[in-house]
Amino acid sequence: MNDEAACVLFDSGHRACGGCAAAMAARLILDAAGKNTIVVSATGCMEVFTTPYPETAWNVPWIHSLFENNSAVASGIVASLAKQGRKEKVIALGGDGATFDIGILCLSGAFERGHDFTYICYDNEAYMNTGIQRSGATPYDASTTTSPAGTCSTGNPRPKKDLPAILAAHGAPYVATASIAYPPDLKKKVEKAVQTPGPCYIQIHAPCCTGWGFEGEKTVAIGKLAIETGLFVSYEMENGVVTRVKKVVRKPVEDYLIEQKRFRHLFKPKRNDAEIAKIQAIADRNAEKYGIDIKLKK
Amino acid sequence: MLEITEGSYAVAEAVGKCRPQVIAAYPITPQTHIVEALAEMVANCEIDADYITVESEFSALSACLGASAAGSRVYSATTSQGLALMFEVCFNCAGMRLPVVMSIANRALGAPLSIWNDQQDSISLRDSGWLQLYAEDNQEATDLHYLAYKVSEDHSILLPSFVCFDGFILSHTYEPVDTLTQEQADSYLPPFRPFQRLDAADPISFGMYAPPDYYMEFRYEIDQALKKALSVIPKAGGEFGELFGRDYSGLVESYRMDDAEIALVAMGSICGTIKDAIDEMRDAGKKVGLLKLRVFRPFPTKEVKKALSGVSSVAVLDKNISLGAKGAVALEVKDALYGSQIPVYGYIIALGGRDVRKKDIAKVVSLAEGGKGDLFYGLREEVLK
Repeated sequence: MNDEAACVLFDSGHRACGGCAAAMAARLILDAAGKNTIVVSATGCMEVFTTPYPETAWNVPWIHSLFENNSAVASGIVASLAKQGRKEKVIALGGDGATFDIGILCLSGAFERGHDFTYICYDNEAYMNTGIQRSGATPYDASTTTSPAGTCSTGNPRPKKDLPAILAAHGAPYVATASIAYPPDLKKKVEKAVQTPGPCYIQIHAPCCTGWGFEGEKTVAIGKLAIETGLFVSYEMENGVVTRVKKVVRKPVEDYLIEQKRFRHLFKPKRNDAEIAKIQAIADRNAEKYGIDIKLKK
Repeated sequence: MLEITEGSYAVAEAVGKCRPQVIAAYPITPQTHIVEALAEMVANCEIDADYITVESEFSALSACLGASAAGSRVYSATTSQGLALMFEVCFNCAGMRLPVVMSIANRALGAPLSIWNDQQDSISLRDSGWLQLYAEDNQEATDLHYLAYKVSEDHSILLPSFVCFDGFILSHTYEPVDTLTQEQADSYLPPFRPFQRLDAADPISFGMYAPPDYYMEFRYEIDQALKKALSVIPKAGGEFGELFGRDYSGLVESYRMDDAEIALVAMGSICGTIKDAIDEMRDAGKKVGLLKLRVFRPFPTKEVKKALSGVSSVAVLDKNISLGAKGAVALEVKDALYGSQIPVYGYIIALGGRDVRKKDIAKVVSLAEGGKGDLFYGLREEVLK
């Protein structure tokens, strides 16, 4: 913990579920960004569990307007601060629904305009606040309340949207992915993003015990398994080029899938080898694309 | 100094003199000349504003919301579909008590697509908590911007304002307009002093969610602030009159109403046509007057009731329609006159840019005289078959 963390910029007593990765992410983000930060939240779990009026968990200036406009609100704040000669850093926070789907217009506009702010998506891979509906970040075959597994469905029919690549294509100077399972790495990335001029993006993999169906004490372990199986890759891109990747000794995807209720239909009532193989192929492609495999000496 | 200038340029000039620090706008006909003129002022360093070229009206108002919350005076302009796209953000600006000022170059809403004038756009936002001021001519359109900032930013109000003026009819028309000098503008409108702002030195949370135990009180306070504006607008409008000779202390304005038997009620540029028509009707011996509404939100119920108390009938001209009910102004006037026995006839007129001439006004008066109202005026005959 650094000095600013001692000030507890993200306070305890909020209403998140026990084991909520988004709450962990918020704590780590502010720990890294420091108190000279203005946070712009999108509507979503984090907004709701932190600010039931008249209470707030935020000990930095914080604003929430709507579900889809945190990037545009952030643009206005950045312009306003510049006109007043003020130096606060601006961080926009949103879940994957706000970021990948409903807010992508505002996000794209703000990145194209080059506003100096950091957008951080806590990616829990579905609309958790409204009850676990599918988003553009939901992985292939995950069962959600709007992509339920059924007799003629194996869950979400589409792979996860590659949003970091879309934002890198806007010319963002710094784009990174991270996981709450690796706090020092996450904090380093946040520090780098807020210090880099221009629009920066960090996507934080944030396992949701309620939405994914696992016990709250397993959040970090599940986060680790996502990285270790290659289903979520932790990397940095600078000016569109991947500059650093977390390498792993890869585990089979099954180790990750079997821990979560959202993939239970792939194992019960009977094992679906064909679908598990498709998910393994997604991990294999990730491993190849980003070069994450540590080759063990025989 | 009196200059012949296009309405949009006159408005842009006035907005520049209000010293907005952040401008965010998206182009839409017929608002474009305003935002182009402001962009040019920024490009030539004539005004010290940051101009955010957003990717949509939705982001335009969202950026204004953020910039205002961070402590800057902000400005945007839009119309029609653009305003409809801002719907969510409009309610948010009012709910978060941010004194945004936005010009509305009034235009019809689709479908069918129409770029021409009526007032359906701003009227459709009547319940959003914004003040709504309507201009009759370009002089009034420019002056109301100073007034809007003054009232919106008053710490007893802290609500956003629409300054509405009819698209094309005013926005693209050249008229003589007296623009304030920068010194005059500054003498009337002091620098923005935010009531609260996002500030790392004094962190507060904006835009929290309110559980049922608290939500109603927020709504009550917005309503109270709007009603408070019924006294703050006249004071600020009167002050403007004392300084510059153009008095805006009235929430409503009467024209030849003293001995009027029939009163027309309207808002915006149509009032100019009505005044000319009234002069002709008066010459022909008809006792007709006009009650012009400058302020629609908050609605000046008391002033309307007082102004109309002596007439024998009222004809309201609405450039909007609350589909399935009546024109929005007619509904308010009926509410104001409830219990008075004075008949109120509503006329939906000039939708989607249909022209209104003096003879149409005379026709409306004769319809009212015949006790015929609550109808669309001037429809093509084939739809009536």
